[in-house]
Amino acid sequence: MNQDSRHIVIAGAGHAGGSAAAMLRQLGWRGAITLIGEEPIPPYQRPPLSKGWLTGEATAADLALRPAKFYSDSTIELRLATRVTGIDREAKTVALSDGGTVAYDTLILALGARARRLPLPGVDLNGVLELRSVADSDRLKATLRPGARLAVIGGGYIGLEAAASGRGLGAEVTIIERESRVLARVACPILSDFFQAFHRGKGVAIEVNADVSALEGAGGRITGVRLGDGRVMPCDAALVGVGAVANDELAREAGLTCQNGISVDLAARTADPAIFAIGDCTSRPLPLYERMGRLESVPNALEQAKQAAATICGKPAPTPEVPWFWSDQYDLRLQIAGIPFDTSEIVVRGDLDAAKFALFHLTADGTVQAVEAVNAAPEFMGGRRIIARRKRLTRVQIEDMSISVQQLAA
Amino acid sequence: MPRITYIEHNGTEHPIDVPVGRSVMQGAVDNNVPGIDADCGGECACATCHVYIDAVWLGTIGLPVPGSQEASMLSFAAVTQPDSRLSCQIKVTDALDGLVLRMPEGQH
Repeated sequence: MNQDSRHIVIAGAGHAGGSAAAMLRQLGWRGAITLIGEEPIPPYQRPPLSKGWLTGEATAADLALRPAKFYSDSTIELRLATRVTGIDREAKTVALSDGGTVAYDTLILALGARARRLPLPGVDLNGVLELRSVADSDRLKATLRPGARLAVIGGGYIGLEAAASGRGLGAEVTIIERESRVLARVACPILSDFFQAFHRGKGVAIEVNADVSALEGAGGRITGVRLGDGRVMPCDAALVGVGAVANDELAREAGLTCQNGISVDLAARTADPAIFAIGDCTSRPLPLYERMGRLESVPNALEQAKQAAATICGKPAPTPEVPWFWSDQYDLRLQIAGIPFDTSEIVVRGDLDAAKFALFHLTADGTVQAVEAVNAAPEFMGGRRIIARRKRLTRVQIEDMSISVQQLAA
Repeated sequence: MPRITYIEHNGTEHPIDVPVGRSVMQGAVDNNVPGIDADCGGECACATCHVYIDAVWLGTIGLPVPGSQEASMLSFAAVTQPDSRLSCQIKVTDALDGLVLRMPEGQH
């Protein structure tokens, strides 16, 4: 069968799905492409939802991954406000929420992740919010005005970014974190302490070691967050940001291997040669670290979109990248290269008090596994190179600011 | 609308009319021009929208301020040259009508 008569169906029109469609056309794919998305608008960027979109600095055009006319110009059929509800691998069809079915030759699963819900009384009250979609962001934005009280449940990146944006809009913000520090699951204690102090300096109240026992309301609307110790933090809205869960159920039901995400290889292939999976919904090889992992990040979505598009078009998959992440809060830019697996030492380069530093995470033999950089772009960029080359460095070399990052990375 | 010509590393030219106020990066992404990846969406966080500015335009556009985020990011981008810029940091104005820029061999 030649390319022109083959049909690629992409289930999920987020950053990964939208990018895969565009990359297939960049690589010259001529066959039909159908992009199916649950949300009513074409693919858009999620990072601004907790930042520029919330504060009103980003426009709808800034948010869109591509202008709406791109899809018609590129003959990519967009089926919006439509969910894939099942996969029939024998018949090579997907079932849709509108009752229809679509046949595929190749299926790309880009199903994303969803916000983890708290199993607590009161989670269905009005004003209890999550932040995954533009609709979520609009709901949150409507609550943020001078003097409004926002409770942020969960001190992860989404919670901290929303807290910073909320302060920028004049809201009173309290972060409620179950662990002993913010960013407990995703960053080292030095970084947690830094962000905690910085947010407190901006007027954010932070409660750590704080279990939430219930969300309290009146007239169907949230009025406060009850903690395990009995205290109630009054609020006008609560943002729940306690992690995300991979949307891998459709793949499970179809008999594909899933372990905290749909298992794929470095070409984004599942065990079924007709099905690829990309983005937040996958568990993928992390070749630098010799294990599998699920990465919730835009760079990962793009890398896997490229892997799938290249493989489908008969081209070699790109060289695996060092995973990376970024977060903007106030005038802080955090950029993280790599993942600190199996590390035993953290070395600080730069000045924590001046909010310009990088944390190098080393294994016992000095191999740099990860670099967390705050307002330190050279360390981040150099860090990616150092990690890719599995370079070993010593504490003395890293701490010495008279040695440039270029020299460290050479 | 100012016309910008994006030239891929393999020589393929993409003349595109880009609205004033968009960035040079967005002009490429909006039209699915291959070779400008723009992973971070224009936040100056990734250095994957790297371009070389045609010599006659360098005076109009200028180079990044030394020590700026852009200059720092560029110092580690793949295959940089003295005329390297991050295209997300260049806003399109009427003065850029006719701009020609070339793309590096890769962005990663």
